[in-house]
Amino acid sequence: MHPAPSVILFTSLSGLGFGLLFWLGFGYPGVTGGTAFVFFAIAYLLAVGGLMASTFHLGKKSNAIKAFSQWRSSWLSREAWLAVISLIIMGLYGAGLVFLGTRWTLVGYVGGLLSLATVFSTSMIYAQLKSIPRWNMPLTPALFLSYGLAGGALLSGQIATTKALLLVLALVQVAYWALGDRALITSGTSMASATGLGKIGAVKAFEPPHTGTNYLLREMVYVVGRKHSAKLRIISLLLVAVLPMACLLLPFNHLLAALAVISHIAGVFAARWLFFAEAEHVVGLYYGKR
Amino acid sequence: MTTLPTGTDRKLGLVIDLDTCVGCHACVISCKGWNTENYGAPLSDQDAYGDPSGTFLNRVHSYEVEPAEGAAQLIHFPKSCLHCDDAPCVTVCPTGASYKRTEDGIVLVNESDCMGCGLCAWACPYGARELDLAAGIMKKCTLCVDRIYNENLPEEDREPACVRTCPAGARHFGDFSDPESDVSRLVAERGGFDLMPEQGTKPVNKYLPPRPKDKLETEAPAALPAVATETTGFLSWLDKTLDRLPGGGAN
Ligand code: SF4
Ligand code: SF4
Repeated sequence: MHPAPSVILFTSLSGLGFGLLFWLGFGYPGVTGGTAFVFFAIAYLLAVGGLMASTFHLGKKSNAIKAFSQWRSSWLSREAWLAVISLIIMGLYGAGLVFLGTRWTLVGYVGGLLSLATVFSTSMIYAQLKSIPRWNMPLTPALFLSYGLAGGALLSGQIATTKALLLVLALVQVAYWALGDRALITSGTSMASATGLGKIGAVKAFEPPHTGTNYLLREMVYVVGRKHSAKLRIISLLLVAVLPMACLLLPFNHLLAALAVISHIAGVFAARWLFFAEAEHVVGLYYGKR
Repeated sequence: MTTLPTGTDRKLGLVIDLDTCVGCHACVISCKGWNTENYGAPLSDQDAYGDPSGTFLNRVHSYEVEPAEGAAQLIHFPKSCLHCDDAPCVTVCPTGASYKRTEDGIVLVNESDCMGCGLCAWACPYGARELDLAAGIMKKCTLCVDRIYNENLPEEDREPACVRTCPAGARHFGDFSDPESDVSRLVAERGGFDLMPEQGTKPVNKYLPPRPKDKLETEAPAALPAVATETTGFLSWLDKTLDRLPGGGAN
């Protein structure tokens, strides 16, 4: 799939933002007043910034409001609702902390859980697609949730929890790559099933339907840069988990903490780029590509 | 509404005969011609006189299929929306623009609701939907919904433009819910099949397999017998010298 900057920004930033909101909702860290304001401002900038980025790739932005209409069937629609509701509830909860210095525990719990549900619904937009076997796995929501929880814990400054969650994140990410590499083969979709000609013999693409490129090839048969994927996987794992972990294991220091955060966010971008660039859409089979 | 109907009164769709299709792309052109000037936004082209790319609702691939024995076959393969019964493109749509009609099963996009997110094109395993870059909305085969019921057209024209145009008679239009319809009988007689059945989309359109080919003479002609066995003179010397060079002929 085409790794469009708008979707990479959207999923990475809003994942971090809603991850942080989850922890804030549960009172980690238990801040009030000005400090709470800073934490909530960061979370809202990330979450709202990500959501705004997601509208950049829309062909007709004037119809975007209609995306709230199909929550019964569409994960994208559910995501829109969950995002807005969590932002409202967490805004209320945050206002209590910042301006009144009171913590409405129940409101925080509900808002926190809804924030996590938002991350889950983002992941389901991708995980529901049978046409992209690498995404169509239970590990996809697990991956998004571990990114949200670990990134949120790091941003909320909980060192012990972050260390444990970074480990979980690294394991889920490696498992996702390992299973993902087999997903297209095990899905059973092949050039033979795509054309139905496998009964006659080995099918080879002879001539494509068009001499130039088209929307399908640009959007869904993105093969550029896949050859570097092994290297990028290592780099993203180092940035997202190993380096932040090393920073947190050393005696605490603000510079190291900042380095951990910067490294983690860079790693999230790299991993999310791979999430899209490596995903094979079965339509590629009609072109003899994967 | 982007929930799918539990059933449709009729199931309109196409049968595509892979035995008869000659790969002329006439259906592609007539489709683009009709659909760019009738229902909905036109099918735009970008950089038509440079590095062209454009929106098409129907495209013809060509495949080479090599059987275990015998000669390879060239098979032309038109592909457009299959109007799936279990259409994943419909249920993912957040705006309600994509829907499947209860009366005839046609899958359509309501262009005034579409926000051009492209998720439905991702969900379709067949590549049957293309986002028009000029209009910013999703385009797909409508089964020529503005022809098939159009009483302003002569009766013989009330079928999809691709079917009407195909010079080889490789495309057939009809109602699959009626077991006696031409399309249902064709599918039954010729062993019509689904594309990517494992994707669970339950396509309405069916493909007819190429008929078995006549057996071609696969033995290569026998080598010509040598006329002269013993040779002399310059040409003989040249022949032997060339033979001795690396890669020279052995006979
Ligand atoms: S072929 Fe694709 S676009 Fe058409 S109904 Fe099926 S899934 Fe939807
Ligand atoms: S591109 Fe349009 S029709 Fe397709 S899912 Fe998005 S809003 Fe629905």
